[in-house]
Formats: sequence, structure tokens, C-alpha cells
Amino acid sequence: MSHRPDCRRNIRFTVNGENRNVQVLPMKRLLDVLREDLRLTGTKEGCGEGECGSCSVRMNGDLVNSCLVPVLQAEGANIQTVEGLGASGKLHPLQQAFLDCGGAQCGICTPGMLMAATQLLSINPHPSMAEIREGLAGNLCRCTGFIRIFDSVIAAAADPNHSSEQAGHAR
Amino acid sequence: MSTSEKPRIVGAPVPRKEGVDKLRGRARYVDDIEREGMWYGATVRSTIARGFIRSIGFDRRIDWSEFAIVTAADIPGKNRIHLILADQPCLADGVVNHSDEAIVLLAHPDKYKLREAVDAVHIEYEPLPPIFTIEESERQDAIVWGPDNLLKSYLLEKGDVDSVWNRAAHIVEGEYRTGAQEHLYIENNGVIAEHSEENGVTVWGSLQCPFYVHKSLLAVFDLPEDKVRVIQTETGGAFGGKEDYPSILASHAALLALKSGHAVKMVYDRMEDLAATTKRHPSRIRHRTALDKDGKLLAMDIDIATDGGAYSTLSSTVLSRATLHSPGPYVCPNVRVRSRAWATNNVPYGAFRGFGAPQAVFAIERHMDEIAAMIGLDPIELRRRNFLHDGDTTATEQVMRDPVILDQLMERALRESDYYAKRARFVRENPACAVKRGMGIAAFYHGSGFTGSGERYLNSLAGLDVTPEGKVRVLVANTEFGQGTNTILGQIAAEAIGIGYDDVIMAPVDTGIVPNSGPTVASRTSMVVGRLIERAGLQLVAMLREHDGLGEHFTSEDFFAASELHRAAHGEVVSLCRYEAPPNIFWDDQKYRGEAYPAFAWSIQVAQVAVDTVTYSAEVEDFWSVQEVGRVLNPVLAGGQIEGGIAQGIGYALYEKVLLQNGHMANNQMTNYIMPTAEDVPPIHVFFEEIPFGYGAFGAKGIGELPHDGPAPAILNAIRDATGIGFRAIPLLPEDLFSELAACESLTEASAL
Repeated sequence: MSHRPDCRRNIRFTVNGENRNVQVLPMKRLLDVLREDLRLTGTKEGCGEGECGSCSVRMNGDLVNSCLVPVLQAEGANIQTVEGLGASGKLHPLQQAFLDCGGAQCGICTPGMLMAATQLLSINPHPSMAEIREGLAGNLCRCTGFIRIFDSVIAAAADPNHSSEQAGHAR
Repeated sequence: MSTSEKPRIVGAPVPRKEGVDKLRGRARYVDDIEREGMWYGATVRSTIARGFIRSIGFDRRIDWSEFAIVTAADIPGKNRIHLILADQPCLADGVVNHSDEAIVLLAHPDKYKLREAVDAVHIEYEPLPPIFTIEESERQDAIVWGPDNLLKSYLLEKGDVDSVWNRAAHIVEGEYRTGAQEHLYIENNGVIAEHSEENGVTVWGSLQCPFYVHKSLLAVFDLPEDKVRVIQTETGGAFGGKEDYPSILASHAALLALKSGHAVKMVYDRMEDLAATTKRHPSRIRHRTALDKDGKLLAMDIDIATDGGAYSTLSSTVLSRATLHSPGPYVCPNVRVRSRAWATNNVPYGAFRGFGAPQAVFAIERHMDEIAAMIGLDPIELRRRNFLHDGDTTATEQVMRDPVILDQLMERALRESDYYAKRARFVRENPACAVKRGMGIAAFYHGSGFTGSGERYLNSLAGLDVTPEGKVRVLVANTEFGQGTNTILGQIAAEAIGIGYDDVIMAPVDTGIVPNSGPTVASRTSMVVGRLIERAGLQLVAMLREHDGLGEHFTSEDFFAASELHRAAHGEVVSLCRYEAPPNIFWDDQKYRGEAYPAFAWSIQVAQVAVDTVTYSAEVEDFWSVQEVGRVLNPVLAGGQIEGGIAQGIGYALYEKVLLQNGHMANNQMTNYIMPTAEDVPPIHVFFEEIPFGYGAFGAKGIGELPHDGPAPAILNAIRDATGIGFRAIPLLPEDLFSELAACESLTEASAL
């Protein structure tokens, strides 16, 4: 009970450093491919129209709303999701800072927020408050009022492990 | 732990219990869960606000044999959602009473086939005249509910209001309005349901109150208690929006599961969630207030009207809280509050953080500033002259037995915000500046826990057990949806027993496993349920000391060793406690008199606002919140509650407008229902004064709803300070500012008033 197989296409890309290969409709949303075909359910849907940023992932070094990206556009791309953040047994400095500072409450915006924050620190390792606000403006959080998310980003930027993590994720 | 020892875990910023899972993207929300052979469900909804259903047609272009189709005729039990009353149908049967009311349910194995199928169900109506406003309902332009459209009314009377008007030095009247507000949790409503002859109905879902859903499913399916099981999944925000609605959605998914023979997942998309689920009640509140020549309150005559929408949902209890919060934190010898909730053909309104209090606090706190302007008194001084103190009585004649420190909170708020110096500077600078700045204040309380006799009726049961793996498990039906239930109850259990925070885990919130410790609403979890967990912990230690050789001083290892001795002898290690009301609590439901709440949390908030007279935008530049919520159990979580509530309150005041067209939400997208973003929130400065409450867990009172009550009046008071115009309705959007400010020819003159 699925779509006609003749419409599907083979699409290859890299997710969190692993080569992946999916047979899907080319206009299927990247969000759905990640969640349904690859079972990477860390990436969330909040609005389906690019307003809330819950589905934010990094694609070729850009932050994108994966609900607005047809998977054909991801052909050959390098994609990072929340599952690719941090090592096994050790949180990424941003994850640790969100835990310590109270940057996550209900957690549903958190994966997207972490990707936006990762993107921000990758291009601006020591952002000002205005730059943090701008960098996170595409990601809505209804729980925290954002204050402790700002605190988390500031704490992560000050973490000495942060610069080595950044080097590790250099593109 | 002996009482003389300082708490080690309570009061510490321990990390969120489920935090690592959330940060790694491993936390399992309902849409992340798959069941074997699972189908997907969708809903066909009414496109008119009121009318008879004449026919339901199924377009021939669809092969309907692939679908499970459910209408009201397929309901095995009662076609009613059981909440306070049981007036709302699970599925419309012959008549619709609001737009977007569920009529037909569809399920299919391929979720991508559902949208076309929904559009291929054609419903023909015979329309009836709808009503959409409080005024139309009051006038009975049409009778849409009961004999007179009145969902609920209360009358609260203290003293004799009518004897005062003749001798008052001042009488000030005002009418204040608040709009609907959407919760906008980032995770939409969603559930998965299964049905089998053997096990009955099982539901997994994003929800606040598993036993509410349980009760509702019992009636819809006509099943005994043990044949319905409700399990909460990780919940991505709720704010009251997952208190009542999940009972409907769970029933729908379970009906489809019964019909299809498969597990069925129903997860709304944003447009459906916004159009079909509950919102905050719109209100119209009128104040008539008498004062003596010194600005002391003599009488308050308050008339409250709310729009409840098409069915009663929680409107009666929301109205109750609005009634009890409407006189504000002031002493007044003569008070009358007449309140009414009216039915309309709007989508039913429901619970939302604050639960009637934000509406009531907006009205009284805006009104206090109007009074101050009218009688020529500083708004701070007017409040000080009338504040409640220890020993005073409230409008329900509840004696304030615990300390009330409003003066102290006010001092702190003025000092931290540098209130008077800033006001003086703005008065100096505003005339020459296109951006007018002002300072505004709100003073308020929020009653913790259920109103009046509510906690007695709930009769909550909660407890702890010890697992064979050596963990203490918290057994509650109270849910985590971001506010910190897991963490706070984990801290309380660890502290009460005297073990480590990591020695405590949460039992799954599953009605088949945990006792009914009541709903997760009304700022009751820390204070009421936390207290049960504290008692259960102390009881567990006492039991192990008496029977299992646990010593006076013990380590975690000693505790778990004694637990295993107990298990060997008794098969289990469990400690349950039932709610006991604090002494001297008396409440008369008929006269609305007595101890309305076992405890109150108190707050003063200050907003600094800038109004741009060129763009007509109002911006909150800075915000201070000082509060007394009893003992702060976790400073990081408590601060997060206050900040998040304030951000929602800022949205309520300045951004969030629910635009209804024929009772349908026209702006049901995040594109055009606007909430504050990271670029909109001001710095928020949070300060706690702690006075432990004798009957809350380790001294805690309620915290979650309090911060949402004050921002709207504080902000509009600041706009009055900046512009001289006292706006009386929220949301206050740039177009509203434009229409008033453009009409005001001499703004400079006005701001000097």
C-alpha cells in the first residue's frame, strides 16, 4: 500500500558522516526521509511551513528547514542532524550547556535549536547577544522564553572544549 | 534526614531528569513511535459553525474499501466526552455546533492517501443561525446551549457593595477585554491507539492528564476500568492545551483502531491543531470601584463574562478561577463579583496556563492604573495603600494566615528596575523623542492547587516503590511536559529518603501502573503531589527502620540493602500516601466563601516599554519579575518557568491574535499567528523571595501559572505611562496603537499627564 515504485528515485547523501542511500519520491520532504526512511526521529516537525525551525538540520554547512527541502535537493549533500552531535558517552559542549543552564524544557524544539546554535558557533565562535538572538530567530521555543537558551549558547562558546569540537566539524 | 539538616538536593540546580535524552534527540514523542501494522487516522470536520447534517457522501473517485470509516453510529458506548459535564459529543451526530467539529474519521495504512480522502467526503448541511460573541449570547440572538446559553455563573459577595456608592469620594468604572490565545506548544496534539478483545483499548499520547483520558474512554467504549489503559509519551509542551483535548483525540484514534483492527496513529498538523483544539477564553470584565478620599478601596463591583465556545469543557472552573482572582491582591470590605460563562458557536475554549486568572488580573491591574490617574495618585502608592497583609481577609473572607510580603516584593521590584529614576528620565526625554518610553507595574497572586474543595474531591494517591535493580521509583500520574515534574519529584523523593538524586527514577506514566495522583494542572504538582512524595519517602524510611534494621544514619547502599530485606519478607517495597487537606480549610461552594486556595503565590512585575510613534510598534525593552512561591525547589527550573510564562504573557499582550471568521480560525498557521521570537523577548530579570509554606513539599507553593498573569497589564500600564493612553483590550497590535495614537493630536501633551 505505497506509492508507485516507478516514481521513486535512488538518492544518495551523507548523514552524520555515514553514506546513505534511499529509494524515495524525489519531492518527499527531507524531514520525512530522515524520520521515516532513516528512522532518525530526533529531527521534529512543528509547523510544516518553515516557521518554527524544529526540523532544522545542517546541509552542506547551511542551516535549513528540512520540511522545506525536497529530498532531491539533498542528492550528494552532507547532512548533520541532532543525532550527529556529541560523541557516544560524551555530550557536545552545546548539549552540555543546554543541560546545565536549563536551555531545554519540553525538548521538542531542542534538536532544531541545537542545530541552529551549532551553525551559529561554527561561523561565529564568540557571538554577541544580538548575534545570538539573530542566529536563533528562526527557531521557536514556547517553554523557555529563550533566556536560558541564550545562556546556554554563551556558556558553550566559553567552554574550552568548544573550539576543539568546532575543529572536528570543520567543513 | 533529620529536620535540622540543611536540604542537599532540594534547592539545588540538579540537571533535568530526562534532559540527556532530549538533548540527544532520543526522547520518544508520540510521532516518533511506530506500532506493528500501524495505520494512520484523519478527521473530516464541519465547514459551518451551526446547522443540521443532512447527508454524508463519499466521492466515487476513492476506493473506500481500503479505508476504515467511523461516524457517530460506530461508537460502542456513549457519544459523549466526559469532563466536568458530558455535553460534548465525541463525533457530531446530526448537528454541528461549531466550525471544525469532528464528523467522520478515516484511517488508511498510507498516511499520504488521507488528505485526498478527507476532501472526498462531502457533507451537506442545513445551516442554523450561529452566534460568535459574548454579547450575542447574552442577548440570546440564538439559543445554542441549554435553556439560555449560560454555561455557568457565580455570585461572590462580601459586605454590602450597594451601601457604599453614596458615601464614596471617588467612583471609577472601566471595561476591559482580552482575546483568545493559542497555546502553540511546538508538538501538536497526537496519539496512537490500539484495540483488542483481550486488552480493550490502549492509548499512547501527548497529554497532561492520563486519568481524564481514561475516564473519557471508559464512557465512549463502555468498558470496565481495567480494559482501558492510557500511557503518556514524551510531551512537547502543553500549557493546558493537552488537559482536555486529548480525551477527544484519544477517543477518535481508538474508534478507528476498533474499526480497522490495526493500531492507528493520529497526529495533527499545525493547521488542524490550531483550527480544532482549545484556546484561552476571551473575556469582558467590568469594574466599578468606590474609594475614600485617601485612595482606600471601599467597594468593588465586578462583572465577568467569558466566551466558552460551543460546549462546556472546563469553562466553569476557568470562570471560578477568574472570579477568585478578579479583586486582585487588595483589601476591600465590600466586594461583589458576578461572573458568567456564555456559550457561542466558536470552537470550545479550554484550559490555558493561568486558567482565567490572566483575564482577571489584566482587568484589575489595568483598572488600578486608571483609578490612580483618575484620583491623581501614584499607581504604586495606590496599590500600597490597599495591599493585603497577614491577618487581612480576601473577598471570600479567607484570612491570610501565612505571611504576605507584597510591600517587600514591591520594594525589591522598584529597586531592581530602578523604576522611579527611569520614569523621571522618560518623562524628561519623551517630548523630544519619536519613541515614547514608559514603566508599568502589575501586582497579583495566583492560588496554588485546585480551587476550594477541589483537592479534597481529587483525593490524590501517590507514592514510591523500590525496584529489584536498586532504584526508587516515583509512582504518580503527573506528567512531564517541560515544566520539570520528573526532576522536582525526583529531588523531593531523594531528599525525603536521604539517597542520591540518581537513585530515583520515574515510573512510566501508565494508568495500568501508577495510582491516580490527579491531573497535572493548576500549579499543583510541586506543592500537592510533591508533598505526597515527601510523605511517602519519610514513611518508607520509617517502615524500613521499624522492620528491616535500617539505622538512624544510613547510606544509599544501606537503604537499598534494607529494601531487599523487606522485599524478601513482603514481596514488594512500596509506600503510598493519600492527600490530606491542611487544617482550617473550609470552603462553601454555594456561597463562594472560605479558603479559596490552600496557598497563594505572589508577584510584582515591572515592564519597560518603548512605543514608536512612527511605526506604531510597541516593544518590551526590559522586564523584572519578583515573586514569592514558597521554597524554590530547583532554581534553574524555577527561573525557566518564570521566564517562559513572561514570554507567553508578552505574546498575549502584544502579538497573539486569534482571528475568527464564522467561528473558524482564519490565521491557523505559524506564519500569521505570531508568538515572540528570540529577537522579541526582552532581558528578563527574575528574583525570588522565599518563605517556605508549611503544607507544600519542602515548603513549595505553585509556580507554573503565576508568571503568565502579570505581563499583559504591566505592559499596557507601561504604554499608558509612555503615551498617556490607557488601552483596555489585548492583544494590542500596531494597528490598534495606530488607530488611537493617530487620533491623538497632541501626544507630547498627553505623555506629560
